[in-house]
Amino acid sequence: MEENSKLSQFQPVKSIFEINREERMAPGHRACAGCGPMIAVRQILQSLDVKPVVISATGCVEVTTSTYPDSAWLVPWAHVAFENSAAVASGVEAAMHALKVRGELKEERPVIALAGDGGTFDIGLQALSGALERGHRMLYVCYDNEAYMNTGIQRSSATPFGAWTTTSPVGKEWPGKAEIKKDIMGIVVAHGTPYAATASISHWKDLMTKVRKAVSQNGPTFLHVYAPCNRGWRFEPKDTVEVAKRAVETRFFPLYEVENGRYRITVPVAKPRPLEDFLSLQGRFSHLLKPENLEVLKELKSIVEERWSKINAAASVQVQT
Amino acid sequence: MAQFEPVQTRKSLLTGDEAVAHAVRQSSVDLVAAYPITPQTIIVERIADFAASGAFTGQFVPVESEHSAMSACIGGALAGARAFTATASQGLALMHEMLYAASGLRLPISMAIANRALNSPLNIHNDHTDVMGSIDSGWIQLFVENAEEAYDRVIQSFRIAEAVNLPVAINLDGFTLTHSTEPVEMLSDEVVRGFVGRPPKRDSLMDEAPKSFGLMSLPDSYQFFKDDQSRATTGSSVTISQVEGEYAKLSGREHGPLKIFRPGSKVMMVMLGSYAGTARTTARRMKNDGEQVGVISLGWLRPFPEKQFLDALEGVETLMIMDRSVSYGAPAGPLASDVMSLLYRYGIKRKVIAVTYGLGGRGFLEEDAMRLFRYAGKSGSSFESFFFYGGE
Ligand SMILES: Cc1ncc(C[n+]2csc(CCOP(=O)(O)OP(=O)(O)O)c2C)c(N)n1
Ligand code: SF4
Ligand SMILES: [Mg+2]
Repeated sequence: MEENSKLSQFQPVKSIFEINREERMAPGHRACAGCGPMIAVRQILQSLDVKPVVISATGCVEVTTSTYPDSAWLVPWAHVAFENSAAVASGVEAAMHALKVRGELKEERPVIALAGDGGTFDIGLQALSGALERGHRMLYVCYDNEAYMNTGIQRSSATPFGAWTTTSPVGKEWPGKAEIKKDIMGIVVAHGTPYAATASISHWKDLMTKVRKAVSQNGPTFLHVYAPCNRGWRFEPKDTVEVAKRAVETRFFPLYEVENGRYRITVPVAKPRPLEDFLSLQGRFSHLLKPENLEVLKELKSIVEERWSKINAAASVQVQT
Repeated sequence: MAQFEPVQTRKSLLTGDEAVAHAVRQSSVDLVAAYPITPQTIIVERIADFAASGAFTGQFVPVESEHSAMSACIGGALAGARAFTATASQGLALMHEMLYAASGLRLPISMAIANRALNSPLNIHNDHTDVMGSIDSGWIQLFVENAEEAYDRVIQSFRIAEAVNLPVAINLDGFTLTHSTEPVEMLSDEVVRGFVGRPPKRDSLMDEAPKSFGLMSLPDSYQFFKDDQSRATTGSSVTISQVEGEYAKLSGREHGPLKIFRPGSKVMMVMLGSYAGTARTTARRMKNDGEQVGVISLGWLRPFPEKQFLDALEGVETLMIMDRSVSYGAPAGPLASDVMSLLYRYGIKRKVIAVTYGLGGRGFLEEDAMRLFRYAGKSGSSFESFFFYGGE
């Protein structure tokens, strides 16, 4: 694959003055007030100077931004279906190469495939795996709001253990979701993908730096963005960023990157806050704070601890606690 | 034909699949995204060979499924590229969702379908169940009778698709055509390249001004899009004929909406695909015995060549309509249903015998055609339908 020299360098984002101030998401779209995924999209698009091509999977971000005849996208954008954003993006990338070889395209644009957790962890996993394996130069972004929100808060394999959703309801027999969240980063890294990272909308400099770094790679890259949904998680719209922040500070969602197999924790959390600080803001976990569910809460805590320890152990520089 | 200027040609012995691969190699295709399935595999393998040797200058994307094959073609077409794929049977079924996306987005994509039966039970042999399952997905559907026609139609498909902004499928019978070696007279690379040219400029993801594709449409607008698409498909017949005409001038080979053999015969067998040749040979032999039977072989199924089909009914008493797929529980098979609704629409009465045959590779020999022709000549009822077991 040919190098696009403009894209192959990257500058970390150190202050608000270093981001692209040009708005790429027009106002007036139909996402809920305080929508985490929309904050993620703005941060991603404004970390780049060049305009990327965005291929959206079906989901909240797509339906709320593209009701005919309006589009909120101020970058080239397409939606085709739910499970195939990685495959559509593969075609865009391959087409750009072909057109460049024929002298019909001056410069290739960065290609971003954008899908929710459902479109990534579940129905789109095969297309993602194929695209990673083939090595297309694209950034795949999964905005993770931990359920199928667009269709009404149904569980996905990204929904955390113990969480209430409309298909993992809480009852005498069920503690909310009974299964643990799929390790999507592990799956991506296992492909030998040159760059994969987690990010959170609460840590925007970290997120934007990672977008830049990902786009500078000459190959497939992956960004797993934590993007709280106030409708689905049952919290106040004003708390979106706070919830995201607490996910990081409680080690519920560790921020790290994996560059050519090397793990690095980008936001070290030496002294985690109690997990309850994160859970208590959200209605989807309210049952876990009741005495009768103490065992479930304990299990969730051990899942969180185990996940953190695994990543910390893999990191070249460990966070000391 | 008016003016036949012979161009540089090359006679080769090719299977139908190889003929398709050569047409793709010569047609300045930018993107081939495909996934192997019998009996389409040779198409993909040959294109990979051409890519490996430098003879194919586009990008070859060996995707992980047919769903992704069509998705990648859609992405490529959205970026302004000329895209091609090939599939069959289960593969076509798997990409079903994307067939509607391609046509609804009004993207010029070409696809060869190596027609094959569908599970269950598993069967890799020929019939038309695969394409009939997606006949209403908004693709122009062309059918061919031999390898050379497959070659010609693939070349034509790019011009047609890019002129009318609709995807085009070229149906060739699995094994009967895909794996049989036949003489094919290829045009020279330069002639094909000149004929197909480059895709005309259209709105794309590469445009300087950002554009959005594939918006969500509410009840106030959705039906208008579908109305447009329907008109475009019906109206595409004019363009298809133009392209066929231009191609005929270049190659000396004419392929139209339908081939009529012995027009005005009392009994007409209506067919799709390669078995039409068997029926024609039989009709020729029967003529020697004084029997009046003929064959209508459809080159297009979508758009349905209504006018040309109606013209072919002059003097015909019985239409024996041959379906190689089943519409379970429907009044007749898909081809027979199409023809009958056309007859009704124009208030035309003909005796109809709807025959289901050739499923899962069941053969169709001259003896079979003869038995059927004779039966049709004698049958008295205005409509009948049955499964016919030939090839024995
Ligand atoms: C093949 C297919 N199955 C199901 C659906 C219905 N559907 C649309 S969006 C969606 C959920 C999307 O979830 P996610 O990817 O997490 O995005 P979110 O809505 O949470 O932003 C589902 C199930 C669909 N569009 N296509
Ligand atoms: S439901 Fe959630 S993810 Fe969807 S638009 Fe509303 S806040 Fe955003
Ligand atoms: Mg989701």
